[in-house]
Amino acid sequence: MDATRRAVVHGVMAAAATAALPVIGRAQERCPTMRRIPASGEPVPAIGLGTWITFNVGRDRELLDECAAVMAAFFEAGGRMIDSSPMYGSSQPTIGYGLKKLGFPRQLFAADKVWISNPAGGPAQIEQSRAHWGVPRIDLLQVHNLLSWERHLPTLIDMKLDGRTRYVGVTTSEGRRHRELEKIMTSHQLDFVQVTYNVLDREVEDRILPLAQARAIGVIVNRPFRQGDLIRQIGRRPLPPWAAEIGAKSWAQFLLKFIISHPAVTCAIPATTRVDHVRENMEAARGPLPDEPLRRRMADYVRSL
Amino acid sequence: MSEWWTYSLADFLLFSDRVYERLFELHNRAFWPAHLATIAIGLAILFSSWPGSSRRTGLRLCFAALGVLWVSVAYAFFWRRYAAINWAAIYVAPFFTVEGLLLVAFAVAGRFARPKRRSASVIAGWLLLAFGVIVYPLLAPLSGRPWTGAGVFGIAPDPTAVATLALLALTATRAGWPLAVVPALWCVVTGATLWTLGDVTFFVAPFAAAAAIGVALRGEREMEARPAIPSPRPEP
Repeated sequence: MDATRRAVVHGVMAAAATAALPVIGRAQERCPTMRRIPASGEPVPAIGLGTWITFNVGRDRELLDECAAVMAAFFEAGGRMIDSSPMYGSSQPTIGYGLKKLGFPRQLFAADKVWISNPAGGPAQIEQSRAHWGVPRIDLLQVHNLLSWERHLPTLIDMKLDGRTRYVGVTTSEGRRHRELEKIMTSHQLDFVQVTYNVLDREVEDRILPLAQARAIGVIVNRPFRQGDLIRQIGRRPLPPWAAEIGAKSWAQFLLKFIISHPAVTCAIPATTRVDHVRENMEAARGPLPDEPLRRRMADYVRSL
Repeated sequence: MSEWWTYSLADFLLFSDRVYERLFELHNRAFWPAHLATIAIGLAILFSSWPGSSRRTGLRLCFAALGVLWVSVAYAFFWRRYAAINWAAIYVAPFFTVEGLLLVAFAVAGRFARPKRRSASVIAGWLLLAFGVIVYPLLAPLSGRPWTGAGVFGIAPDPTAVATLALLALTATRAGWPLAVVPALWCVVTGATLWTLGDVTFFVAPFAAAAAIGVALRGEREMEARPAIPSPRPEP
């Protein structure tokens, strides 16, 4: 099977969808692979930007500027979705700092969460999050790690109906509480779920991802590199020669292409503090993606390392 | 917390090692040259607690000064600095404040013992105190961090906790044992934090806390083993 047949080209089909999206700085040379949000058809690039740990820099001006540079590179490469949470320390104010410095890029897709055990405190926390970002509204509001989801979710749905947010969802991480997540996906009208999925953590392939496809729920993927551990573990090994078939020039691109090639996945959200890494990550959303046989080979290969 | 067995320490760490290092650098920069004053206080505590030459008034001032430093660390480090990257720091600050107030109350009450005999355990306690005041800042360059990010007694929580435990071990009666709870717990917390961050000095504070507890226990045994002073009047 030759390279052309083995790879599924998604990048080109996204060109039309992204043509209308404004970008800051220099013009994009190539458009990233876009995915449509099942609930609305709105296109979003398949690679977003996570902020867990990386954007929690406090009031350190030097590090704040580094994060702003990461955001600038992200938007320049066509990125849209940035994801955060009140649980992530100062990540929200850091995003707000970067957005202000960059003049609030119009293509931003703001994804945040509500994370408070007392449901009565949810609306105030969401408002504080919005204020930290400095945006008129958060595009996607999610219940963080299903914390008090029974009470938060109706609030988020009400906010969506009022136009104070555009999408609602729930999140889990590291494979926790998948049964409960399944029940929520079945019993509630969600726009997004967020789960951990990577070349080694593939439990969601069995039930969650097929259910998301069946219920037209978008899927955001966290911990694509197991918080960097995967890269640290396999990064010293050379890429297999056949990685060139999908245009993967680094392990980060190899791992991201595996994730975003799953048809249920809307967006993966790798986090980084480095401009070269965010560019490398965004590059993974360009060019060919692996088909199912090649995905199996990728998973087998990483497992064998 | 459901599925609690699936969590590791790393799941509770909100920041990177670089951010944590720079936290101390920025804190030191903001408070310089207050370090000179806190180290001077530390040296005064060392001098005042030297076995055999300690005075009650001097020790009272030592505990009172320590109490003030604990309150200042609670506010300046936990409340104003650390809370920016770790929301849990807001909950730690009150514990440090209460510890500081209790140390001041302890100073006023004067329910401490004076280290008189130069036994091995007393000398070990004094050396531990010297470690907290003088040696602790050296851990930064030893672990590859810049001098500017050093933990300094009275400015950073770790050396302050270690020195407090050492002084309590040197001087406290049983009335002072409750005062060791917060600093000992902090030594465990900071050890866990540094271990998760991959810092090679992670063991120092927990080890120092364990050593201080050992000194205190040994000191108690020595006091109990000392022969009772004979009563001036023979009992009938």
